[in-house]
Amino acid sequence: MAADSSSRTRKPDPARGAKVAQSPWREQAESYFIHHRKVARDSAGRLWRTPVASLMTWTVMGVALALPVALLLLLTSLQGVSAGWESSARVTAYMSLGTSLEQARDLAGEIKADGRVIALELIDRDQALIEFRASSGLDEALDYLEENPLPHTLLVTPEENARSAEGVAALVTFIEGMDGVERVQVDLGWLQRLNAMTDLLARAVWALATLLAAAVVLVIGNTVRLSIENRRDEILVAKLVGGTDGFVRRPFLYTGAWFGLGGGVVAWVLLQFSLFWLSGPVERLAELYRSDFALNGLSLDGAFALIIVAMLLGWLGAWVAVKRHLDDIEPGEIAGG
Amino acid sequence: MIEFRQVTKRYDSDHTALRQVNFHMGRGELAFLTGHSGAGKSTLLKLVMVMERPSAGEVIVGGQVLNSLPRRQIPYIRRHVGVVFQNHQLLFDRTVFDNIAMPLEVMGTSPRDVGRRVRAALDKVGLLKKEKMNPLQLSGGEQQRVGIARAVVNKPPLLLADEPTGNLDPELSADIMNLFAQFSQVGVTVLIASHDLALINEMDRRTLTLDHGNLIAGGTPLQGGARGR
Ligand SMILES: Nc1ncnc2c1ncn2[C@@H]1O[C@H](COP(=O)(O)OP(=O)(O)OP(=O)(O)O)[C@@H](O)[C@H]1O
Ligand SMILES: [Mg+2]
Repeated sequence: MAADSSSRTRKPDPARGAKVAQSPWREQAESYFIHHRKVARDSAGRLWRTPVASLMTWTVMGVALALPVALLLLLTSLQGVSAGWESSARVTAYMSLGTSLEQARDLAGEIKADGRVIALELIDRDQALIEFRASSGLDEALDYLEENPLPHTLLVTPEENARSAEGVAALVTFIEGMDGVERVQVDLGWLQRLNAMTDLLARAVWALATLLAAAVVLVIGNTVRLSIENRRDEILVAKLVGGTDGFVRRPFLYTGAWFGLGGGVVAWVLLQFSLFWLSGPVERLAELYRSDFALNGLSLDGAFALIIVAMLLGWLGAWVAVKRHLDDIEPGEIAGG
Repeated sequence: MIEFRQVTKRYDSDHTALRQVNFHMGRGELAFLTGHSGAGKSTLLKLVMVMERPSAGEVIVGGQVLNSLPRRQIPYIRRHVGVVFQNHQLLFDRTVFDNIAMPLEVMGTSPRDVGRRVRAALDKVGLLKKEKMNPLQLSGGEQQRVGIARAVVNKPPLLLADEPTGNLDPELSADIMNLFAQFSQVGVTVLIASHDLALINEMDRRTLTLDHGNLIAGGTPLQGGARGR
Protein backbone atom coordinates (compact mmCIF):
# COMPACT_ATOMS: atom_id res chain seq x y z
CA MET A 1 0.00 0.00 0.00
CA ALA A 2 2.91 2.28 0.71
CA ALA A 3 4.16 2.13 -2.86
CA ASP A 4 0.63 2.68 -4.04
CA SER A 5 0.20 5.81 -1.99
CA SER A 6 3.55 7.31 -2.86
CA SER A 7 2.87 6.94 -6.55
CA ARG A 8 -0.27 8.95 -6.05
CA THR A 9 1.17 11.45 -3.69
CA ARG A 10 1.76 14.15 -6.21
CA LYS A 11 -1.77 14.21 -7.46
CA PRO A 12 -4.19 13.60 -4.67
CA ASP A 13 -7.08 13.84 -7.05
CA PRO A 14 -6.32 13.31 -10.72
CA ALA A 15 -9.21 15.39 -11.93
CA ARG A 16 -8.29 18.47 -9.94
CA GLY A 17 -4.58 17.92 -10.28
CA ALA A 18 -5.02 18.20 -14.02
CA LYS A 19 -6.94 21.40 -13.61
CA VAL A 20 -4.19 23.02 -11.58
CA ALA A 21 -1.58 21.93 -14.10
CA GLN A 22 -3.56 23.61 -16.87
CA SER A 23 -2.72 27.09 -15.69
CA PRO A 24 0.66 27.84 -17.24
CA TRP A 25 3.64 27.97 -14.95
CA ARG A 26 4.23 31.55 -15.93
CA GLU A 27 0.95 32.53 -14.38
CA GLN A 28 1.74 30.45 -11.31
CA ALA A 29 5.08 32.15 -10.94
CA GLU A 30 3.49 35.51 -11.43
CA SER A 31 0.95 34.99 -8.71
CA TYR A 32 3.69 33.62 -6.49
CA PHE A 33 5.57 36.88 -6.80
CA ILE A 34 2.42 38.89 -6.40
CA HIS A 35 1.83 37.01 -3.19
CA HIS A 36 5.35 37.67 -1.96
CA ARG A 37 4.92 41.35 -2.65
CA LYS A 38 1.59 41.40 -0.90
CA VAL A 39 2.93 39.59 2.15
CA ALA A 40 5.99 41.86 2.25
CA ARG A 41 3.83 44.96 2.08
CA ASP A 42 1.37 43.54 4.55
CA SER A 43 3.92 42.68 7.18
CA ALA A 44 5.62 46.05 6.74
CA GLY A 45 2.20 47.66 7.19
CA ARG A 46 1.66 45.78 10.42
CA LEU A 47 4.89 47.09 11.89
CA TRP A 48 4.00 50.56 10.73
CA ARG A 49 0.63 50.42 12.42
CA THR A 50 2.18 49.72 15.82
CA PRO A 51 4.87 52.39 15.63
CA VAL A 52 5.82 52.51 19.30
CA ALA A 53 6.33 48.78 19.69
CA SER A 54 8.16 48.58 16.38
CA LEU A 55 10.36 51.52 17.18
CA MET A 56 11.31 49.94 20.48
CA THR A 57 12.34 46.72 18.79
CA TRP A 58 14.21 48.66 16.12
CA THR A 59 16.04 50.65 18.78
CA VAL A 60 17.04 47.61 20.78
CA MET A 61 18.31 46.05 17.61
CA GLY A 62 19.95 49.26 16.46
CA VAL A 63 21.90 49.66 19.70
CA ALA A 64 22.96 46.03 19.69
CA LEU A 65 24.21 46.38 16.12
CA ALA A 66 25.75 49.84 16.44
CA LEU A 67 27.97 48.88 19.35
CA PRO A 68 30.11 46.24 17.62
CA VAL A 69 30.13 48.19 14.37
CA ALA A 70 31.35 51.30 16.22
CA LEU A 71 34.15 49.27 17.79
CA LEU A 72 35.05 47.82 14.42
CA LEU A 73 35.24 51.30 12.96
CA LEU A 74 37.45 52.39 15.82
CA LEU A 75 39.61 49.40 15.16
CA THR A 76 40.05 50.18 11.49
CA SER A 77 40.82 53.77 12.43
CA LEU A 78 43.55 52.53 14.75
CA GLN A 79 44.90 50.22 12.10
CA GLY A 80 44.98 53.22 9.79
CA VAL A 81 47.08 55.00 12.37
CA SER A 82 49.58 52.18 12.63
CA ALA A 83 49.75 52.02 8.85
CA GLY A 84 50.45 55.76 8.83
CA TRP A 85 53.15 55.47 11.43
CA GLU A 86 54.70 52.64 9.62
CA SER A 87 55.60 55.13 6.93
CA SER A 88 57.89 56.82 9.41
CA ALA A 89 59.58 53.54 10.17
CA ARG A 90 63.26 54.19 10.19
CA VAL A 91 66.23 51.93 10.24
CA THR A 92 69.22 53.12 12.20
CA ALA A 93 72.60 51.52 11.42
CA TYR A 94 75.54 52.05 13.78
CA MET A 95 79.00 51.66 12.33
CA SER A 96 81.72 49.97 14.30
CA LEU A 97 83.92 52.46 16.09
CA GLY A 98 86.92 51.76 13.91
CA THR A 99 85.19 52.81 10.75
CA SER A 100 86.57 55.97 9.19
CA LEU A 101 84.38 58.70 7.83
CA GLU A 102 85.45 57.79 4.30
CA GLN A 103 84.39 54.19 4.79
CA ALA A 104 81.12 55.36 6.28
CA ARG A 105 80.49 57.56 3.23
CA ASP A 106 81.17 54.65 0.89
CA LEU A 107 78.84 52.47 2.87
CA ALA A 108 76.18 55.14 2.81
CA GLY A 109 76.51 55.45 -0.95
CA GLU A 110 76.19 51.71 -1.35
CA ILE A 111 73.07 51.54 0.79
CA LYS A 112 71.52 54.52 -0.89
CA ALA A 113 72.00 52.79 -4.24
CA ASP A 114 69.67 50.00 -3.08
CA GLY A 115 66.22 50.29 -4.57
CA ARG A 116 64.50 49.83 -1.24
CA VAL A 117 65.97 52.96 0.27
CA ILE A 118 64.42 56.31 -0.38
CA ALA A 119 66.45 58.53 1.91
CA LEU A 120 69.61 58.25 3.89
CA GLU A 121 71.31 60.52 6.34
CA LEU A 122 74.81 60.11 7.60
CA ILE A 123 75.55 61.51 11.04
CA ASP A 124 79.26 61.60 11.54
CA ARG A 125 80.46 60.79 15.02
CA ASP A 126 82.01 64.18 15.77
CA GLN A 127 78.86 65.97 14.85
CA ALA A 128 76.87 63.47 16.87
CA LEU A 129 79.00 64.15 19.91
CA ILE A 130 78.49 67.89 19.58
CA GLU A 131 74.79 67.43 19.39
CA PHE A 132 74.82 65.05 22.27
CA ARG A 133 76.78 67.47 24.38
CA ALA A 134 74.35 70.21 23.62
CA SER A 135 71.24 68.21 24.28
CA SER A 136 72.24 65.93 27.15
CA GLY A 137 73.82 68.35 29.54
CA LEU A 138 76.51 65.76 30.24
CA ASP A 139 79.17 68.12 28.98
CA GLU A 140 81.62 67.61 31.79
CA ALA A 141 81.18 63.92 32.05
CA LEU A 142 81.97 63.59 28.41
CA ASP A 143 85.20 65.52 28.92
CA TYR A 144 86.53 62.65 30.96
CA LEU A 145 86.20 60.30 28.06
CA GLU A 146 89.35 59.94 26.07
CA GLU A 147 87.71 59.43 22.79
CA ASN A 148 84.35 59.86 21.21
CA PRO A 149 82.16 56.91 22.24
CA LEU A 150 79.68 57.50 19.49
CA PRO A 151 79.89 55.68 16.16
CA HIS A 152 79.01 57.02 12.76
CA THR A 153 75.33 56.53 12.28
CA LEU A 154 73.18 56.03 9.21
CA LEU A 155 69.48 56.91 9.28
CA VAL A 156 67.84 54.89 6.52
CA THR A 157 64.25 55.50 5.41
CA PRO A 158 62.86 52.55 3.48
CA GLU A 159 60.99 53.03 0.27
CA GLU A 160 57.16 52.84 0.35
CA ASN A 161 56.90 49.22 -0.81
CA ALA A 162 59.55 48.03 1.60
CA ARG A 163 57.71 49.35 4.64
CA SER A 164 55.92 46.14 5.49
CA ALA A 165 57.21 44.14 8.43
CA GLU A 166 58.92 41.61 6.12
CA GLY A 167 60.27 44.29 3.86
CA VAL A 168 61.90 46.12 6.73
CA ALA A 169 63.27 42.86 8.13
CA ALA A 170 64.86 42.05 4.76
CA LEU A 171 66.41 45.49 4.57
CA VAL A 172 67.78 45.06 8.08
CA THR A 173 69.44 41.76 7.18
CA PHE A 174 70.92 43.38 4.09
CA ILE A 175 72.44 46.25 6.02
CA GLU A 176 73.58 44.02 8.87
CA GLY A 177 75.52 41.92 6.42
CA MET A 178 77.67 44.85 5.28
CA ASP A 179 81.21 45.37 6.38
CA GLY A 180 81.66 47.98 9.04
CA VAL A 181 78.07 47.87 10.31
CA GLU A 182 78.00 47.03 13.96
CA ARG A 183 74.34 47.02 14.79
CA VAL A 184 71.05 47.81 13.12
CA GLN A 185 68.04 49.01 15.01
CA VAL A 186 64.49 49.35 13.81
CA ASP A 187 62.17 51.68 15.55
CA LEU A 188 59.24 49.31 15.34
CA GLY A 189 58.79 48.09 18.91
CA TRP A 190 55.95 50.41 19.80
CA LEU A 191 54.32 49.71 16.45
CA GLN A 192 54.30 46.01 17.15
CA ARG A 193 52.80 46.67 20.53
CA LEU A 194 50.06 48.70 18.95
CA ASN A 195 49.48 45.96 16.39
CA ALA A 196 49.28 43.32 19.09
CA MET A 197 46.80 45.48 20.92
CA THR A 198 44.62 46.02 17.90
CA ASP A 199 44.72 42.26 17.25
CA LEU A 200 43.49 41.62 20.75
CA LEU A 201 40.90 44.33 20.40
CA ALA A 202 39.76 42.83 17.09
CA ARG A 203 39.15 39.49 18.72
CA ALA A 204 37.26 41.07 21.57
CA VAL A 205 35.15 43.04 19.12
CA TRP A 206 34.30 39.95 17.09
CA ALA A 207 33.38 38.03 20.23
CA LEU A 208 31.16 40.90 21.31
CA ALA A 209 29.65 41.13 17.84
CA THR A 210 28.81 37.43 17.91
CA LEU A 211 27.16 37.72 21.30
CA LEU A 212 25.16 40.74 20.29
CA ALA A 213 24.12 39.12 17.02
CA ALA A 214 22.82 36.18 19.03
CA ALA A 215 20.98 38.63 21.28
CA VAL A 216 19.43 40.27 18.22
CA VAL A 217 18.28 36.90 16.92
CA LEU A 218 16.68 36.11 20.26
CA VAL A 219 14.99 39.48 20.57
CA ILE A 220 13.51 39.20 17.11
CA GLY A 221 12.60 35.58 17.77
CA ASN A 222 10.68 36.58 20.84
CA THR A 223 8.94 39.46 19.12
CA VAL A 224 7.93 37.24 16.25
CA ARG A 225 6.72 34.61 18.70
CA LEU A 226 4.33 37.18 20.15
CA SER A 227 3.12 38.09 16.71
CA ILE A 228 2.58 34.40 15.94
CA GLU A 229 0.45 34.12 19.04
CA ASN A 230 -1.54 37.19 18.06
CA ARG A 231 -2.27 35.77 14.65
CA ARG A 232 -3.05 32.27 15.79
CA ASP A 233 -6.55 32.23 14.28
CA GLU A 234 -5.27 33.29 10.94
CA ILE A 235 -2.61 30.59 11.00
CA LEU A 236 -5.19 27.97 11.90
CA VAL A 237 -7.47 28.97 9.08
CA ALA A 238 -4.62 29.13 6.59
CA LYS A 239 -3.55 25.63 7.53
CA LEU A 240 -7.14 24.45 7.46
CA VAL A 241 -7.67 25.56 3.90
CA GLY A 242 -4.43 23.98 2.73
CA GLY A 243 -1.75 26.58 3.31
CA THR A 244 1.68 24.99 3.16
CA ASP A 245 4.22 25.58 5.91
CA GLY A 246 6.03 27.93 3.59
CA PHE A 247 2.90 29.96 3.01
CA VAL A 248 2.12 30.23 6.69
CA ARG A 249 5.71 31.12 7.62
CA ARG A 250 6.18 33.75 4.97
CA PRO A 251 4.58 36.74 6.71
CA PHE A 252 6.60 36.12 9.85
CA LEU A 253 9.86 35.77 7.99
CA TYR A 254 9.15 39.07 6.28
CA THR A 255 8.30 40.59 9.65
CA GLY A 256 11.70 39.46 10.91
CA ALA A 257 13.43 40.94 7.87
CA TRP A 258 11.62 44.26 8.33
CA PHE A 259 12.61 44.36 11.98
CA GLY A 260 16.14 43.83 10.74
CA LEU A 261 15.84 46.62 8.20
CA GLY A 262 14.59 49.06 10.84
CA GLY A 263 17.25 47.93 13.28
CA GLY A 264 19.96 48.37 10.65
CA VAL A 265 18.76 51.88 9.83
CA VAL A 266 18.64 52.83 13.51
CA ALA A 267 22.15 51.45 13.97
CA TRP A 268 23.37 53.50 11.01
CA VAL A 269 21.75 56.66 12.35
CA LEU A 270 23.29 56.07 15.78
CA LEU A 271 26.71 55.57 14.21
CA GLN A 272 26.50 58.68 12.07
CA PHE A 273 25.31 60.71 15.00
CA SER A 274 28.10 59.48 17.30
CA LEU A 275 30.65 60.12 14.60
CA PHE A 276 29.40 63.65 14.14
CA TRP A 277 29.42 64.17 17.87
CA LEU A 278 32.93 62.82 18.37
CA SER A 279 34.66 64.12 15.27
CA GLY A 280 35.40 67.61 16.70
CA PRO A 281 37.15 66.42 19.88
CA VAL A 282 38.96 63.66 18.02
CA GLU A 283 40.33 66.14 15.52
CA ARG A 284 41.60 68.39 18.29
CA LEU A 285 43.19 65.46 20.06
CA ALA A 286 44.85 64.25 16.88
CA GLU A 287 46.16 67.74 16.28
CA LEU A 288 47.74 67.79 19.73
CA TYR A 289 49.51 64.55 18.92
CA ARG A 290 50.38 65.75 15.42
CA SER A 291 48.69 62.64 14.16
CA ASP A 292 46.59 62.22 11.07
CA PHE A 293 44.29 60.00 13.10
CA ALA A 294 40.64 60.33 12.09
CA LEU A 295 37.58 58.31 13.04
CA ASN A 296 36.38 56.35 10.05
CA GLY A 297 32.70 56.63 9.28
CA LEU A 298 30.68 53.94 7.59
CA SER A 299 31.06 53.95 3.83
CA LEU A 300 28.02 53.54 1.63
CA ASP A 301 28.95 49.91 1.03
CA GLY A 302 29.45 49.45 4.74
CA ALA A 303 26.04 50.92 5.52
CA PHE A 304 24.51 48.66 2.92
CA ALA A 305 26.25 45.62 4.35
CA LEU A 306 25.16 46.59 7.86
CA ILE A 307 21.54 46.73 6.77
CA ILE A 308 21.75 43.46 4.86
CA VAL A 309 23.32 41.73 7.86
CA ALA A 310 20.64 43.20 10.11
CA MET A 311 17.91 41.91 7.82
CA LEU A 312 19.49 38.47 7.73
CA LEU A 313 19.67 38.41 11.52
CA GLY A 314 16.03 39.46 11.74
CA TRP A 315 15.06 36.81 9.26
CA LEU A 316 17.02 34.23 11.22
CA GLY A 317 15.33 35.25 14.47
CA ALA A 318 11.93 34.95 12.83
CA TRP A 319 12.90 31.60 11.44
CA VAL A 320 13.82 30.31 14.89
CA ALA A 321 10.48 31.47 16.28
CA VAL A 322 8.57 30.05 13.37
CA LYS A 323 10.33 26.70 13.65
CA ARG A 324 9.62 26.49 17.35
CA HIS A 325 6.10 27.84 17.59
CA LEU A 326 4.37 27.88 14.25
CA ASP A 327 4.77 24.31 13.19
CA ASP A 328 3.06 23.22 16.40
CA ILE A 329 -0.13 25.02 15.52
CA GLU A 330 -2.43 22.44 14.01
CA PRO A 331 -6.00 23.12 13.02
CA GLY A 332 -7.24 20.02 14.85
CA GLU A 333 -8.17 22.16 17.83
CA ILE A 334 -10.60 24.37 15.96
CA ALA A 335 -12.64 21.47 14.67
CA GLY A 336 -14.43 21.35 18.00
CA GLY A 337 -15.56 18.35 20.04
CA MET B 1 -14.59 9.67 -2.75
CA ILE B 2 -14.24 8.69 0.91
CA GLU B 3 -13.57 5.20 2.06
CA PHE B 4 -12.95 3.94 5.60
CA ARG B 5 -11.58 0.42 6.00
CA GLN B 6 -11.64 -1.00 9.51
CA VAL B 7 -10.73 2.39 10.90
CA THR B 8 -10.02 2.60 14.60
CA LYS B 9 -9.03 5.78 16.31
CA ARG B 10 -7.66 5.71 19.81
CA TYR B 11 -6.62 8.91 21.56
CA ASP B 12 -3.64 8.80 23.87
CA SER B 13 -5.74 8.23 26.95
CA ASP B 14 -6.56 4.71 25.69
CA HIS B 15 -9.99 6.07 24.93
CA THR B 16 -11.32 4.66 21.69
CA ALA B 17 -13.22 7.26 19.67
CA LEU B 18 -13.86 5.06 16.62
CA ARG B 19 -13.96 1.27 16.40
CA GLN B 20 -13.46 -0.57 13.12
CA VAL B 21 -15.52 1.80 11.06
CA ASN B 22 -16.23 0.76 7.46
CA PHE B 23 -18.03 2.84 4.90
CA HIS B 24 -17.74 4.28 1.43
CA MET B 25 -19.15 7.41 -0.13
CA GLY B 26 -19.23 8.02 -3.86
CA ARG B 27 -18.89 11.19 -5.88
CA GLY B 28 -21.83 13.55 -5.57
CA GLU B 29 -23.28 11.72 -2.62
CA LEU B 30 -24.72 13.61 0.36
CA ALA B 31 -24.84 11.89 3.73
CA PHE B 32 -25.42 12.82 7.33
CA LEU B 33 -23.31 11.69 10.22
CA THR B 34 -25.14 11.51 13.49
CA GLY B 35 -24.88 10.08 16.98
CA HIS B 36 -24.81 11.15 20.59
CA SER B 37 -22.35 13.65 21.89
CA GLY B 38 -18.94 12.02 22.07
CA ALA B 39 -19.91 9.31 19.59
CA GLY B 40 -16.96 10.17 17.37
CA LYS B 41 -18.47 12.34 14.63
CA SER B 42 -15.89 15.08 14.75
CA THR B 43 -13.16 12.48 15.04
CA LEU B 44 -14.31 10.88 11.81
CA LEU B 45 -14.25 14.20 9.97
CA LYS B 46 -10.81 15.02 11.37
CA LEU B 47 -9.49 11.77 9.98
CA VAL B 48 -10.64 12.82 6.52
CA MET B 49 -8.95 16.21 6.94
CA VAL B 50 -5.74 14.53 8.19
CA MET B 51 -6.05 16.53 11.38
CA GLU B 52 -5.77 13.17 13.08
CA ARG B 53 -4.30 9.88 11.92
CA PRO B 54 -6.06 6.55 12.39
CA SER B 55 -4.69 4.11 14.97
CA ALA B 56 -5.59 1.23 12.69
CA GLY B 57 -7.28 0.69 9.33
CA GLU B 58 -7.16 2.86 6.25
CA VAL B 59 -8.70 6.18 5.36
CA ILE B 60 -8.86 6.74 1.62
CA VAL B 61 -9.85 10.10 0.18
CA GLY B 62 -9.98 10.81 -3.53
CA GLY B 63 -8.28 7.48 -4.17
CA GLN B 64 -5.36 8.27 -1.90
CA VAL B 65 -4.52 6.40 1.26
CA LEU B 66 -4.01 9.03 3.94
CA ASN B 67 -2.32 6.85 6.55
CA SER B 68 1.14 7.10 5.08
CA LEU B 69 0.79 10.61 3.71
CA PRO B 70 3.89 12.64 4.53
CA ARG B 71 3.29 15.71 6.61
CA ARG B 72 4.19 18.18 3.91
CA GLN B 73 1.63 16.66 1.55
CA ILE B 74 -1.24 17.36 3.96
CA PRO B 75 -1.95 20.89 2.68
CA TYR B 76 -2.50 19.56 -0.84
CA ILE B 77 -5.15 17.15 0.43
CA ARG B 78 -6.86 19.92 2.36
CA ARG B 79 -7.12 22.03 -0.77
CA HIS B 80 -9.47 19.42 -2.12
CA VAL B 81 -11.64 19.30 0.96
CA GLY B 82 -13.92 22.16 1.95
CA VAL B 83 -14.83 22.34 5.63
CA VAL B 84 -17.52 24.15 7.55
CA PHE B 85 -17.53 24.23 11.32
CA GLN B 86 -20.08 25.32 13.82
CA ASN B 87 -17.68 27.95 15.05
CA HIS B 88 -17.11 29.05 11.51
CA GLN B 89 -13.63 30.39 12.15
CA LEU B 90 -13.98 33.57 10.19
CA LEU B 91 -11.25 36.15 10.66
CA PHE B 92 -12.55 39.43 11.94
CA ASP B 93 -9.55 41.47 10.90
CA ARG B 94 -10.51 41.39 7.24
CA THR B 95 -13.51 41.71 4.99
CA VAL B 96 -15.92 39.00 3.95
CA PHE B 97 -14.23 38.98 0.55
CA ASP B 98 -10.77 38.41 2.02
CA ASN B 99 -12.07 35.67 4.28
CA ILE B 100 -13.52 33.79 1.36
CA ALA B 101 -10.42 34.36 -0.76
CA MET B 102 -8.13 32.54 1.68
CA PRO B 103 -8.29 29.06 0.09
CA LEU B 104 -7.51 30.64 -3.28
CA GLU B 105 -4.68 32.65 -1.84
CA VAL B 106 -2.93 29.61 -0.39
CA MET B 107 -3.18 27.96 -3.81
CA GLY B 108 -1.60 30.94 -5.53
CA THR B 109 -4.60 31.73 -7.69
CA SER B 110 -4.07 34.82 -9.81
CA PRO B 111 -5.83 37.94 -8.51
CA ARG B 112 -8.16 38.11 -11.53
CA ASP B 113 -9.50 34.64 -10.87
CA VAL B 114 -9.76 35.31 -7.16
CA GLY B 115 -12.24 38.13 -7.69
CA ARG B 116 -14.31 36.10 -10.10
CA ARG B 117 -14.43 32.98 -7.97
CA VAL B 118 -15.08 34.74 -4.68
CA ARG B 119 -18.05 36.55 -6.21
CA ALA B 120 -19.36 33.31 -7.66
CA ALA B 121 -19.20 31.73 -4.20
CA LEU B 122 -20.81 34.77 -2.57
CA ASP B 123 -23.55 34.66 -5.18
CA LYS B 124 -24.20 31.03 -4.40
CA VAL B 125 -24.78 31.75 -0.72
CA GLY B 126 -26.71 34.93 -1.50
CA LEU B 127 -24.31 37.43 0.03
CA LEU B 128 -23.07 39.19 -3.05
CA LYS B 129 -23.77 42.62 -1.61
CA LYS B 130 -21.82 42.06 1.59
CA GLU B 131 -18.37 41.35 0.27
CA LYS B 132 -16.85 44.53 1.68
CA MET B 133 -18.30 44.14 5.16
CA ASN B 134 -16.53 42.79 8.19
CA PRO B 135 -17.90 39.40 9.26
CA LEU B 136 -18.68 40.93 12.66
CA GLN B 137 -21.33 43.06 11.01
CA LEU B 138 -23.20 39.98 9.80
CA SER B 139 -25.82 37.88 11.55
CA GLY B 140 -25.03 34.36 12.74
CA GLY B 141 -26.69 32.80 9.71
CA GLU B 142 -24.87 35.10 7.34
CA GLN B 143 -21.58 34.32 9.01
CA GLN B 144 -22.29 30.63 8.60
CA ARG B 145 -22.94 31.19 4.92
CA VAL B 146 -19.66 33.08 4.57
CA GLY B 147 -18.02 30.00 6.10
CA ILE B 148 -19.70 27.84 3.48
CA ALA B 149 -18.66 30.18 0.68
CA ARG B 150 -15.08 29.88 1.91
CA ALA B 151 -15.37 26.10 1.95
CA VAL B 152 -16.58 25.88 -1.64
CA VAL B 153 -14.76 28.79 -3.28
CA ASN B 154 -12.07 26.59 -4.80
CA LYS B 155 -14.66 24.05 -5.94
CA PRO B 156 -13.45 21.15 -3.82
CA PRO B 157 -14.74 17.72 -4.76
CA LEU B 158 -15.44 17.01 -1.11
CA LEU B 159 -17.28 19.10 1.46
CA LEU B 160 -17.34 18.34 5.18
CA ALA B 161 -19.53 20.11 7.70
CA ASP B 162 -19.46 19.73 11.47
CA GLU B 163 -22.67 20.99 13.07
CA PRO B 164 -23.13 23.62 10.38
CA THR B 165 -26.56 24.55 11.71
CA GLY B 166 -25.63 24.29 15.38
CA ASN B 167 -27.14 27.54 16.57
CA LEU B 168 -29.34 28.61 13.72
CA ASP B 169 -33.12 28.72 13.68
CA PRO B 170 -34.94 25.91 11.80
CA GLU B 171 -35.70 28.00 8.76
CA LEU B 172 -32.10 29.09 8.29
CA SER B 173 -30.95 25.54 8.94
CA ALA B 174 -33.19 24.28 6.15
CA ASP B 175 -31.78 26.97 3.84
CA ILE B 176 -28.27 25.87 4.54
CA MET B 177 -29.13 22.21 4.05
CA ASN B 178 -30.60 23.06 0.68
CA LEU B 179 -27.40 24.78 -0.18
CA PHE B 180 -25.50 21.60 0.60
CA ALA B 181 -27.95 19.60 -1.47
CA GLN B 182 -27.25 21.90 -4.42
CA PHE B 183 -23.55 21.28 -4.13
CA SER B 184 -24.06 17.55 -4.12
CA GLN B 185 -26.14 17.89 -7.27
CA VAL B 186 -23.16 19.34 -9.11
CA GLY B 187 -21.01 16.38 -8.08
CA VAL B 188 -19.59 17.45 -4.74
CA THR B 189 -19.50 14.73 -2.10
CA VAL B 190 -21.00 16.19 1.08
CA LEU B 191 -20.76 14.75 4.58
CA ILE B 192 -22.57 16.61 7.36
CA ALA B 193 -22.20 15.81 11.05
CA SER B 194 -25.29 16.91 12.91
CA HIS B 195 -27.41 16.37 16.01
CA ASP B 196 -30.44 17.84 14.37
CA LEU B 197 -32.53 14.69 13.90
CA ALA B 198 -35.65 16.55 12.78
CA LEU B 199 -33.75 18.18 9.98
CA ILE B 200 -32.03 14.94 9.02
CA ASN B 201 -35.32 13.11 8.83
CA GLU B 202 -36.77 15.86 6.73
CA MET B 203 -33.92 15.64 4.24
CA ASP B 204 -34.33 11.87 3.90
CA ARG B 205 -30.76 11.08 2.91
CA ARG B 206 -28.24 8.42 3.74
CA THR B 207 -27.41 8.70 7.44
CA LEU B 208 -24.35 7.25 9.11
CA THR B 209 -25.02 6.71 12.78
CA LEU B 210 -22.24 6.39 15.32
CA ASP B 211 -22.64 5.02 18.80
CA HIS B 212 -19.66 5.03 21.14
CA GLY B 213 -17.39 4.86 18.15
CA ASN B 214 -19.23 2.04 16.38
CA LEU B 215 -20.93 2.67 13.08
CA ILE B 216 -24.34 1.16 13.75
CA ALA B 217 -26.28 2.32 10.68
CA GLY B 218 -25.72 3.77 7.22
CA GLY B 219 -22.51 1.86 6.53
CA THR B 220 -23.87 0.93 3.13
CA PRO B 221 -25.52 3.45 0.83
CA LEU B 222 -29.28 3.71 0.46
CA GLN B 223 -30.75 1.65 -2.34
CA GLY B 224 -29.76 3.14 -5.69
CA GLY B 225 -27.00 5.02 -3.91
CA ALA B 226 -23.96 6.50 -5.47
CA ARG B 227 -21.68 3.55 -4.85
CA GLY B 228 -19.65 2.59 -7.87
CA ARG B 229 -20.23 5.84 -9.58
N1 LIG C 1 -7.92 15.36 21.08
C1 LIG C 1 -8.55 14.42 21.83
N2 LIG C 1 -7.87 13.78 22.81
C2 LIG C 1 -8.46 12.83 23.55
N3 LIG C 1 -9.73 12.45 23.39
C3 LIG C 1 -10.45 13.06 22.44
C4 LIG C 1 -9.90 14.06 21.60
N4 LIG C 1 -10.86 14.49 20.74
C5 LIG C 1 -11.96 13.76 21.03
N5 LIG C 1 -11.73 12.90 22.04
C6 LIG C 1 -12.67 11.94 22.58
O1 LIG C 1 -13.17 11.15 21.54
C7 LIG C 1 -14.56 10.95 21.68
C8 LIG C 1 -15.24 11.35 20.41
O2 LIG C 1 -15.10 12.74 20.27
P1 LIG C 1 -15.77 13.52 19.08
O3 LIG C 1 -15.32 14.90 19.18
O4 LIG C 1 -15.48 12.80 17.83
O5 LIG C 1 -17.31 13.40 19.40
P2 LIG C 1 -18.54 14.04 18.64
O6 LIG C 1 -19.35 12.91 18.16
O7 LIG C 1 -18.11 15.03 17.66
O8 LIG C 1 -19.29 14.78 19.82
P3 LIG C 1 -20.16 16.13 19.76
O9 LIG C 1 -21.45 15.75 19.20
O10 LIG C 1 -20.26 16.49 21.20
O11 LIG C 1 -19.40 17.10 18.97
C9 LIG C 1 -14.99 11.76 22.88
O12 LIG C 1 -15.21 10.87 23.95
C10 LIG C 1 -13.85 12.67 23.16
O13 LIG C 1 -13.70 12.83 24.55
MG1 LIG D 1 -18.30 17.11 17.40
